[in-house]
Order: sequence, then C-alpha cells, then structure tokens
Amino acid sequence: MNGPSCKRIEASSGVQRKLRVTVLTVTAALASSALGCAQKEGGITPQQMTDALHAVMESDRTVYTKNVVNRLQNKENVIKASEHWEDDKALPLPAQMFRMGAEMVATKNAGFTYSLLSKWPINKQNKANTELETKGLDFVADAKNTGKHFYGEEKLGDKSYFTAVYADTAVVEACITCHNGHKDSPRRDFQLGDVMGGVVIRVPL
Amino acid sequence: MSRRTKRLSWALWALCSLAAGAALADRLLGEPRSRSLFLPGKTSDGHYQIELECEACHKSEFSSAEDLQAACVECHGPELAEAKDSHPTSKFTDPRNAERVAILDGRYCVTCHAEHRPERTGSMGLSLPVDYCYHCHEDVGTERASHAGLPFDGCASAGCHNFHDNRALYEDYLLQHGTQPRLLGQPTVGSFANAHGEAAGGSLALDEAGNEAARAEGDAAPTREGARALELADADAVDPSGRHAEAWSESAHARAGINCSGCHTAPGGGFQREVSVDLCGSCHQGETNGWLAGRHGMRVKVGLGPMRVADARLPMTEAAQGRELACSSCHGDHGTELEQAGLEACESCHADLHTRSYRSSQHFSLLLAERSGEGAPGTGVSCATCHLPAYTDESGRRSRAHNQNDNLRPVEKMIRTVCQDCHGLAFSIDALADPELVRSNFKGSPNKHVPSIDFARRRAE
Repeated sequence: MNGPSCKRIEASSGVQRKLRVTVLTVTAALASSALGCAQKEGGITPQQMTDALHAVMESDRTVYTKNVVNRLQNKENVIKASEHWEDDKALPLPAQMFRMGAEMVATKNAGFTYSLLSKWPINKQNKANTELETKGLDFVADAKNTGKHFYGEEKLGDKSYFTAVYADTAVVEACITCHNGHKDSPRRDFQLGDVMGGVVIRVPL
Repeated sequence: MSRRTKRLSWALWALCSLAAGAALADRLLGEPRSRSLFLPGKTSDGHYQIELECEACHKSEFSSAEDLQAACVECHGPELAEAKDSHPTSKFTDPRNAERVAILDGRYCVTCHAEHRPERTGSMGLSLPVDYCYHCHEDVGTERASHAGLPFDGCASAGCHNFHDNRALYEDYLLQHGTQPRLLGQPTVGSFANAHGEAAGGSLALDEAGNEAARAEGDAAPTREGARALELADADAVDPSGRHAEAWSESAHARAGINCSGCHTAPGGGFQREVSVDLCGSCHQGETNGWLAGRHGMRVKVGLGPMRVADARLPMTEAAQGRELACSSCHGDHGTELEQAGLEACESCHADLHTRSYRSSQHFSLLLAERSGEGAPGTGVSCATCHLPAYTDESGRRSRAHNQNDNLRPVEKMIRTVCQDCHGLAFSIDALADPELVRSNFKGSPNKHVPSIDFARRRAE
C-alpha cells in the first residue's frame, strides 16, 4: 500500500469544518467495518473518509449493474442499456450512472470529488491525467495487489489533495461484453473479475 | 503663487472634483440611458440590448467571478441543460483538470465569452481564438486517423462539432441517420393550427387560477374551462360595437371565453387600455417566458422597457423603425391572428436577405399550398416553423417556443428541432454549413460538404 497512513483532518478553515460535518454524516451512516483506520478524537482521517465514500459508491454501483442493468438487459430482456440512453429510450450504462453522480456531486461543493478512470478507457478523457492517477491505476490493476487500495497526496494547481484509488472490477457479463465490443475500447479481452479501471476519490487537504 | 492663490486653486479643484463626481454619480444612478458613459467597450450582439442594466450581469458593485457566473447561468442555464451541454462546468471543477484549467478556465463562461471586448469577439460571442479545442484534445489526431492533420480552428466552425450542443452531431447519431435522403417521405411540421390545437379541435383550457392547462387534442371546441365560447353580443367592452370588439369576437380569446374585461380591467378595477406582457403571461406563461428569454423580450425581462426596432443591429424595414415590441407586435391586439404572427409579422420588421428571400423559396410555396388547402396540414413552412418551433411539453400540451434565439445559434441546433422534420441529416448539416444557401433561404443545393458522416462511416467499417 502506498502513501501516508491515517492523516488527521484539522478543522482549521471553514471548508474543512464543512468537510468534517459532511464526513461525520457519511460515516455515521456506514458500518464502522468500512473504515480503514481507527477514528481519532475530534475528526476522521482523509483515508477513513475516502474508504467510507467508496464503500457507498461501490455498493450502489454494483447494485445498479447487477440488479438493474444486467437483470433487465441480459437476463430478462426487458430493456437495453445504451450509451445514448435518452435517444434510445434505454437505461444509462453503469459507468454513465456513476459519472452522472460524480458530476452532480461536483456542483455541490461537497468537500470531495471522484471519477472513474482506466488504463484502457473508452473515452480517452478518462485515462490517467496526473502522475498519482497513473501510479494508482497501475497499483490496483496489478494482480498481486488484489483487495488493496492506493493512497497518496498530490498537488494540483495550488491545492494539495489526499487521493485514493480503488479497483473497479467487472462484476457481471454486461461489463465485459460492452468493453470488449466497443469500437473505442483499447482492450478487448476482459474477463469476469478483471480489474477494468479505478475509482479515484480526492479530498482537499 | 501666493498662499491665498494656492488655497483658492485647491478649493476650486475640490469643487470641480465634487461637481464632476456628482455629475457622474447622477448618470450612474439615474436613467438607464445615461449610464452609457460607463460602458467599458461595445457590448456583444447577444447582450447589447440590456447593457445599460449593469446589474443584470454585475449583481453587485464588486461582483466576484462566481457572482458573474451565476448571472450567466441564471439566463443561459436552462438552454444549456436542454442542449445536454457537452462541456458543463463540472468537467472543469474536477481537480484532475487543474493544469488544463490554468490554460483554459472552463469554470467560467467569460473565459470564452468575454464581454465588452469587441476587438476580439467573433461569431457566437466567442472571444478566444477558435482553435481552443487543442488545449484538451491535442491528441485527437493520433486517436482517430480521420482527424490526423486537421486544423484545430475547424473543430467547431466547420459544422462537425459544437462546444455545448452536439445532440445532432455525435458519432452514433451520424451513423444512425446519415443515410437519410435529402427529403423525408411525407414531411410535416407542427403547423400554426396544430401547434395551437385548433385544426385538431383542441381546446385552450384555463384552470381556476387562470393558468393554461393541458390542451387535449380532440376536444370539440376551444373553450375556457367552465366558460362558454363568447360572441360579439357578449362583449363587455366600453364600445361593444367598435372594430376592436368585432375582431375580438372572431378570436381565440372569444372562443376560450375570455371577455374584453379579462384583459382590460385595471388592477384596482376600471378600464385599462394597455395590456401588459405580464397580463398575457398570466395565461400564456410558457410563451411569455420564452419571449422574455429571447431578443424580442429580454429588455422587458430586466426592466428596461420594450425593445425598439430602431435599436436593432440586424437590418430592419424602414416602416418598423418607430415600433416597440410587445406580444401584440406579432399577434395583433384583438384578432390574435396566429398565421400572421408566424410570417407577415416577421416580415414587417426584418429586412435581412434571408427574410427577403423567403417568398421565392420552396418553403413559402409549401406554405401557400397549405393555406389554400391544396397542401396537407403541417406541410407549409413559415418563419415560425423554423424559428419558433412547435413542441409538446411534459404535460402533453402543444405550444410554440417563443425564444426565437434558442435554436438559432449555432445553426446546428436547428437540425433536430426543425430540419429533420422534413430533411435528412446529411442534407441538413451541409445546408446549414453553407452561409450563402442560408442567406438565399435555401434556394438550390448546398455548396458545402461537412465530412463528419463520412468520417463516422469509415471508422465504423
């Protein structure tokens, strides 16, 4: 595992105070087992925060992929999922669902941002853009790091961030059939259980 | 210089400064027209009508970048959302794009659309060099063979891409519709009659609060809910035998049960001659909001009073120079004639080549045929057909967009909302990319060819 261990958030500014409230709200709703480090008095660490956020994201993403898209499209043939879901009167793809949430969060000044990136992105704008993203995507894609997450700090613009990268794996058939068949996909040999990319969560320090 | 003279000089300077300050303050805080002195530069075509209402954009004396952005979004946010904006602000607030934002700060509209900078403002109010796509998409030539070597100043200006609105331009849409013929079979568009539910026998129903309610096609006659259709004998006007009452008796208002007093009753009771935009909007809310958002009504929206035709930057007819714009400018004051509003009203003011060429166009021939009964309903094409397109809202109500700028710039916005009602995608893209063809009101065939569909096909193969 890379990067710092549990770095405590100091409530030294208004933004950080807001962050702490957000964090506490989120973590209170989550099982303590989702937390990667012991809670410290008066606040939680950025890693605890990103781990908790990822637990929610991964769960929602898996539920949508398995119980909505894969069930309705692949098992019951009720409705297709499509990249152009509005024009095609179809379900949004799981990756689009995830990104729409990320874009909505981005408008809320929520104290963190997140994105879904890959070493093999269909949209080239979703490849690694920073040095830490490259390291993180390599780390989670490496078979010997299965089950581990990548943590680090980076300076982007004039701000420093705690950045966490979590493996994004192919959980159902729909994931790999889409990515293996898409004309813009740079890799077409994905199998169930493969790491296809990574969820990157950033918390300003 | 003696001490006394010096003192007098200082006193005189102070007095002059105070007087100048007071005069400037008077101009700044006085009538809007007196504020022109403070304009830092010629305002863009999109905003010049409201340039004297500084607070429309500068919400406070020392507006922050965020305040200014909020003002942009207040007016333009809904149309960007409707257009499925390809580059929403959220793409740029992600810290992973910090390096790019340092070069092109897409978090703020004014990065690309700086105001009061005529020396560097071009088409679409763009104040950046047109090759701005390069900053984020510099490797597109290596990703897509079809784009190798293409100049970046053509991405958004050649008819292939648009920064905000790519609803008709995205690759799979091109592939799906790229084989359509120039003219689709049995083309029809939302006619005046269809759009207002009259040909179909629809009704203009108003609920108890006076708001326009769902207008179901197939209703026997257009009536106000709970009210009967009115005739001339029912008019409650001061002079019910006058020509205004006669015109009203044949109008949609009479059929909907709206009597003279419905529009001419002053807030405190008694007769009022003038009918405000607000009053029209109390029933025709969607249409009024659209009108206020467009070039025709934007001055009224910010409280500057009606747009004067003489102030237009587009060519206007000599006869219209003294006019001011209100609902009745296009709809008439009592007849509320819809056909006239969609053609003759436009021609009475607009004198540009596109408008003047209309009557020699195929579109006009089709309209004449529809009006004479030779053509089927919905086959005629008027000004309003393309510039105030008919639509069905979420409640199922048919209406016409009244913000005539909404689908006008960039012209590619018209492809899906209008052109493809009758024409194939390839022809529509090429036709709109040919400015001469647009000016001549589409007389002949496009002399431009946008290769986007060819690119998409080659890649799919």
